[in-house]
Amino acid sequence: MTQTLHTNTQPPPLPTDLPKIVVRNLHASFGQSPVLQNINLDIRPRERLAIIGPASSGKTTFLRTLNRLNDLDHRFSKSGQILLDGQDTYAPYTDLAVLRRRIGMVYAVPIPLPWTIYDNIAYGPRLAGTRNRRQLDHIVESALKAAYLWDEVKDRLKEMATNLSGGQQQRLCVARVLALEPEVLLLDEPCSGLDPISTAKIEDALLQLKTKYSIILVTNNTKQAARASDRTAFFLMGQLIECGPTPNLFTNPKDQRTSDYITGHFG
Amino acid sequence: MLLSPKRSQFLAVSVMWLLAALTLGVLVFIIGFILVQGLPHLTWTFLSESPRSMGREGGILPMIVGTLWVAGLAVLIAGPIGVATAIYLTEYTREGRFTAIIRFGADCLAGIPSIIFGLFGFVFFVITLGMGLSVLSGALTLALMVLPTIVRTSEEAIRAVPKSYRDVSFGLGSTRWQMVTWVVLRCALPGIGTGIVLALGRSISETAAVMLTAGSALGFPRSIYESSRTLALHFYILSREGISMTNAYATASALIIAILAINLFAYWLMRRFVAKVA
Repeated sequence: MTQTLHTNTQPPPLPTDLPKIVVRNLHASFGQSPVLQNINLDIRPRERLAIIGPASSGKTTFLRTLNRLNDLDHRFSKSGQILLDGQDTYAPYTDLAVLRRRIGMVYAVPIPLPWTIYDNIAYGPRLAGTRNRRQLDHIVESALKAAYLWDEVKDRLKEMATNLSGGQQQRLCVARVLALEPEVLLLDEPCSGLDPISTAKIEDALLQLKTKYSIILVTNNTKQAARASDRTAFFLMGQLIECGPTPNLFTNPKDQRTSDYITGHFG
Repeated sequence: MLLSPKRSQFLAVSVMWLLAALTLGVLVFIIGFILVQGLPHLTWTFLSESPRSMGREGGILPMIVGTLWVAGLAVLIAGPIGVATAIYLTEYTREGRFTAIIRFGADCLAGIPSIIFGLFGFVFFVITLGMGLSVLSGALTLALMVLPTIVRTSEEAIRAVPKSYRDVSFGLGSTRWQMVTWVVLRCALPGIGTGIVLALGRSISETAAVMLTAGSALGFPRSIYESSRTLALHFYILSREGISMTNAYATASALIIAILAINLFAYWLMRRFVAKVA
């Protein structure tokens, strides 16, 4: 069941092959400095879209604009449209809690809250009002399984999440988002601080998750983008330079700047 | 002549050690001096009896009760107001002229001598509002006095909660209020508790402000509208008017032991809390 974003409108039924998220003419800035310029991008259902680009090219801002986390910064302003299933996410009366449950986010640094593993995963469902113990147990178990963490922690759910290793913490953060049963997953360089084995586990999880969710993966690691995505978008200085199927973009980029970046000439 | 790095290091450590020892020494000396004078007279009967002939004889039970009433009520009033102010300042409003004014006001309030609070309490609560010399007047005055402490320590504690926790909470679909109550307050509770215990200690040991507002009646307060003498004020009157120095020291000993006990209890509570949360 999809919860409606706006309290005053009914969502029209949509065919499933329409884009999950539509971004049109998006400009964003913090104070006077523009961060994103004229971004047009569609995110399809059940695809893994990688966003690559050098530092400060607007990748993270783009993600945080999608789930409206940038709203927390009063200097942030934007123009243009973002539609989730055809509904304007920036319309007045938008229920931000519902929006952020539908578009879940995992951050670059694993941030376990200083609670037990169980409480971390159950936090999102509890916020939404789930109190039933059985139901929560079930959500926690399936979220941890989907994030490939269950086998490692099933006997110590009551232990502090902060005692987990870095890679486990990041999978915990993925599981915490999955517990919300989101439709879109935003991952902001989720493997930047992780070893290759942990990275591989997260990439495996993403491949499985793709069958249910749209995934947007921001990464500094072009190899990871090549491995773990269906389409890739290249951001540079706040602009979307090029977006296409991952194999094409990496073997035959249309723009010289994309070619320079993926061959390591800058960035 | 220049000192060698090793020597200057040795010298610096020695000086710092000495100064630290001096700090501790002063504290131990004052507490020791009072306990040596007072402990021999601090008997169970002294704690459990009412004073006779103005406190020359008898005990201090009504003052213990009065202190608990006045200080407890003050913290009960100032605690929620202070914590709510701190939450508002940190989570619900942007830094700007308004927050600067509130903070400046709190700092000014913290710097005002307690006798001025006493005078204000006397004029406003006792006379204008007609509460008379009473537990309530005293508690309200003390509440105003300790409010800045509670606001600023709570603010520090709330600010110390990592910003990333807030991002996570919002990202998981919490409202701001849910984020504050589930994440921020849970993490900041030990710090907030410390501030409240500090405020309780200040309320218990305050003399000037309660003298002018809670009065100095020797009996038990039967309600918050009656006057009551606190321990600190009892000590002041006993020694100032030369009624009984032995009883004054015994009262002071009881006061010091009570404050030490409160602090230890607070530490114990906090450690238990931290063990549970972190």
